[in-house]
Amino acid sequence: MISYAECSARERIAQLLDAGSFHEWLPPAERVTSPHLAQLGVPSAFDDGVAIGRARLDGRTVFVAAQEGAFMGGGVGEVHGAKLVGLLRRALLDPHGERPDAVLLLADSGGVRLHEANAGLIAVSEVMRAVLDARAAGIPVLFLIGSANGCFGGMGIVARCADHVVMSDVGRLAMSGPEVIEASHGVEEFDARDRALVWRTTGGKHRWLSGDCDTLVEDDVQAFRDAAIAALGDTRPVTVQALEHEHRLLAARLQLLPEALDGDIEAVTLWRGLGVADAARVSSLDVDAVRALRPA
Amino acid sequence: MSLPTAIETLDFSYDGARPAGRFAPVLVGVVGSGNLEVLLEPGEPPKCRVRVETSARGFGTIWQAVLDDFQARHALAGVSISINDMGATPAVVSLRLDQAVAELAPGAQP
Repeated sequence: MISYAECSARERIAQLLDAGSFHEWLPPAERVTSPHLAQLGVPSAFDDGVAIGRARLDGRTVFVAAQEGAFMGGGVGEVHGAKLVGLLRRALLDPHGERPDAVLLLADSGGVRLHEANAGLIAVSEVMRAVLDARAAGIPVLFLIGSANGCFGGMGIVARCADHVVMSDVGRLAMSGPEVIEASHGVEEFDARDRALVWRTTGGKHRWLSGDCDTLVEDDVQAFRDAAIAALGDTRPVTVQALEHEHRLLAARLQLLPEALDGDIEAVTLWRGLGVADAARVSSLDVDAVRALRPA
Repeated sequence: MSLPTAIETLDFSYDGARPAGRFAPVLVGVVGSGNLEVLLEPGEPPKCRVRVETSARGFGTIWQAVLDDFQARHALAGVSISINDMGATPAVVSLRLDQAVAELAPGAQP
């Protein structure tokens, strides 16, 4: 068993996809790097923190992007974002009969790279649009979340625009990250150092129970691979009806927590409200046990 | 007021005895705090050229010593080494360089 969380972006690509099948676009040797970082005295990375390309998964053609969280927290800068957009748009072009069966996004990102704030924000909005365009063309977009940086900020929004989200229990998915919430609302609202609280409110088990992720797996590369293969055909229609259905679900969820509760019981109260048996024990249960708890 | 250019660029050049031949570029490491990435590409034999871009200014003599040791170990010829560094210690730099050489597959198609 190989920990997905501990792999680098390139190790994930090598381990998750069919052996030796990855063909990279804009590889490090092409040096398509950030035009902004050097001006700020920050070293660039040859791939701007994301590897993109074509590969095979269980023999089927997929396009894949893997973000490297160790470089600038996986932050989306101008080039990083353009590589994601280019990958998604290429899936629509079908230039050599290579229309992929899915686009896999291996997220490891705190969101927009603040050094390139405006360019990064625009880039994330373009990624969002490109994800929806790919989906509208019938190409499923899959998110894999299980890395140390999780999937936050703009990338958290992009993940929820996808057809299918796979998470491990150590994976995290949210809009504002723990430190951001604490900085803006105070430590009494959210203590970012309280790891149990952080995982209760952003972690894979919570996202599984609340329906925000579609597959919950162990922190294991093979488990992610199996989940990605199983999700290859999982397309969902991009329609107004689907959007309104999602809005109704979110409105109903909000009603489950009508008042501000203490952070110690908030998550458990929500899970109970969602119909989860044994809600109080969720934190101590393993992945298999939690998988069985999701209400139908 | 002008901002200081904080990235320092250092160039080194050696003559090596062991030609690397043709190979696909090799990338190891990540640009993170206390870490670095090393990119190996084919160069002009018998040269082994090294370009370092680092956020830690003023350590040119240390880089010289680390790279002298590296080249004494491997004597590479026909290799161009590019490094993006975020304050890695000499031991980490040496390990990354050796890791990159270990991944050099002689004869691999570019």
